[in-house]
Amino acid sequence: MTAETLDSRRRGIFESFLDSKFYRRLSRNFIYRYVIYPVGQMLLFVALAAAVLTLVAYGIAILFPEPRPNIVLADQISKQLPGMIISGVSIGFVYAMIALGYTLVYGVLKFINFAHSELFMLGAVASFFFLSVLNTAGLLTDVHPVLLIIVMVLLSGAFTGLIGVLVERIAYKPLRGAPRLVPLITAIGVSFVLIDLTRIFAAVTINDFNLTLPTREIPALAAPVPFQFGSTTVNVRVSSIIIVVAAVIMLLFLNYFVNGTRSGRAIRAISQDATTAGLMGINVNLMISLTFLIGGAFGGFAGSLYSLNVGTINPYIGFFPGLKAFTAAVLGGIGNVTGALLGGLFIGMTESFLNGTLVYFPALGQRYTDVFTFGVLIAVLIFRPQGLLGERVDEKV
Amino acid sequence: MAPILEVKNLSKSFGGIRAVRDVSISIERGSMSSIIGPNGAGKTTLFNLLTGIYKADTGEILFDGKNLVGKRPDQVNAAGVARTFQNIRLFHNMSVLENVMVGAHSRLKVSLWRTLFHVGGFNEQEVAVREKALNLLKFVGLAGKGDELSRNLPYGDQRRVEIARALASDPKLILFDEPTAGMNPNETQDAIGLFRRVREELGVTVVLIEHDMRVVMNISEHIDVLDYGAKIAEGTPDEIRANPRVIEAYLGRRHSKVDESANPEVA
Repeated sequence: MTAETLDSRRRGIFESFLDSKFYRRLSRNFIYRYVIYPVGQMLLFVALAAAVLTLVAYGIAILFPEPRPNIVLADQISKQLPGMIISGVSIGFVYAMIALGYTLVYGVLKFINFAHSELFMLGAVASFFFLSVLNTAGLLTDVHPVLLIIVMVLLSGAFTGLIGVLVERIAYKPLRGAPRLVPLITAIGVSFVLIDLTRIFAAVTINDFNLTLPTREIPALAAPVPFQFGSTTVNVRVSSIIIVVAAVIMLLFLNYFVNGTRSGRAIRAISQDATTAGLMGINVNLMISLTFLIGGAFGGFAGSLYSLNVGTINPYIGFFPGLKAFTAAVLGGIGNVTGALLGGLFIGMTESFLNGTLVYFPALGQRYTDVFTFGVLIAVLIFRPQGLLGERVDEKV
Repeated sequence: MAPILEVKNLSKSFGGIRAVRDVSISIERGSMSSIIGPNGAGKTTLFNLLTGIYKADTGEILFDGKNLVGKRPDQVNAAGVARTFQNIRLFHNMSVLENVMVGAHSRLKVSLWRTLFHVGGFNEQEVAVREKALNLLKFVGLAGKGDELSRNLPYGDQRRVEIARALASDPKLILFDEPTAGMNPNETQDAIGLFRRVREELGVTVVLIEHDMRVVMNISEHIDVLDYGAKIAEGTPDEIRANPRVIEAYLGRRHSKVDESANPEVA
């Protein structure tokens, strides 16, 4: 999400504009670099994904005008379009936030932290316990809902961030010099450990591992917000809006952290050449811990927001969102922060469009959504193995 | 005055190969010296020992009175030792300016809290570091190139960026590992001028590893010669030029003169 990356690499037709004095001054401006530019980028990605998927959807409608008797697919798509886009954006941001954890850790250590999906799960579980404690104390309705959610999300993120650092110290750091498969397998092991510890904890404390968040007790979350799009009204859940707003704020923060601070610069330096970074005075171990803290926190934020949306969670919910977020990170180009955002939004939107249209095909139905989503991944990777925004990796000595 | 760097009986083995054996070197404060030797003599290994990439098996590295053995690379850098690399190791996907700013990392003392939450003071420091990086780019002759991606620069300029990045940590001692390798004669001439200015204008002690004898003899006040990991000679350029051991190491020895405990065959 850096202004610099895009300036210098993808010039093309904008070259004269990008070289102009005006643009150079603009690109140094704080507000432009860390607010306008990334927000514009997100809007662009959303618009791009929506446009592509809408075209594909109508294309399918032309091929199969009436998948079921008396149901005209094109009409159904037109009716559902705003709803599909909104839910796609909301789940897309969740995937993007998880994908960032994968991509940041991959950037510095060049390995996939498969335990990351469990940090997502822990974020959701932490939110549950936070809300239940408040609920049993009878405080849930006393606190302003906005404040409540902010505190809940931040606490969950802080918790998972610390767990992430702990996991790195205990399980990954001793394996720093080991062959690359070793920490990968360890990560899968850590994942199981975290799931089972959570299950034990939930079983011991409340004697059940299906956790239902007391969101019904919060009136502000209950009523959907109606949006009018032409003749159709779309009822949007408050939690979806919260997800989008919170995700945008946090992604702006992350963009600033990675591209505008000393520590972010150090992390980028490590991801390019850890040895040299150390020789330039960067404490590599400290920065790796910081990466796990930030990545883990984003997993926790995502889990916390997700739990608001789904209501009921258990220790096993991490797997599918985690897998899809990993897909998103690979799709965008693993190691690339902007790529994680694009990949997350793209996967989320694809899923939402498939959910909206597959129901009309009698032989398929919504359960085939994942087949098509991962099919998209395979197709993209065949033509761009480095991911949408990734770079071709040339190994150098 | 006490020497800025004193290496005492330093040794390092990799398996059965003794890459550096019992080397003692003393570098005067504010001097310009070179370490030379044929390929595989252990020069770069010595630099890697000095900067904390490798840990010495035995021996001492006294820098400014402090022992650097066992220190991490970032701690060595913070102590005031900077270096450049034989094969350029810039952060290729960062702009030139950012590369130099990374070099100043250890000189930016910011708490994590401030970094994360941008409370007061922090941005002024970023601005100051940026200013400093721009000045260093001007110093090495790359004014106006700050926004380029470092990998898009020509080779000679990339070397200059490395030097600017090394200088950004305000070092007392700078180690150049074959800084003129691959340069044409004009670029080499410019580089020599730059090394001189690093010492004279910035007061940094300079140590070079260099293969180009014209460069070495031209600018060094003191030369140490390594061969098969051991030091075989030291002295002024004129002394080194006339030293038979050095000539032997570079040109091969006559079969009649097989002796020497200091220069045995490598197993």
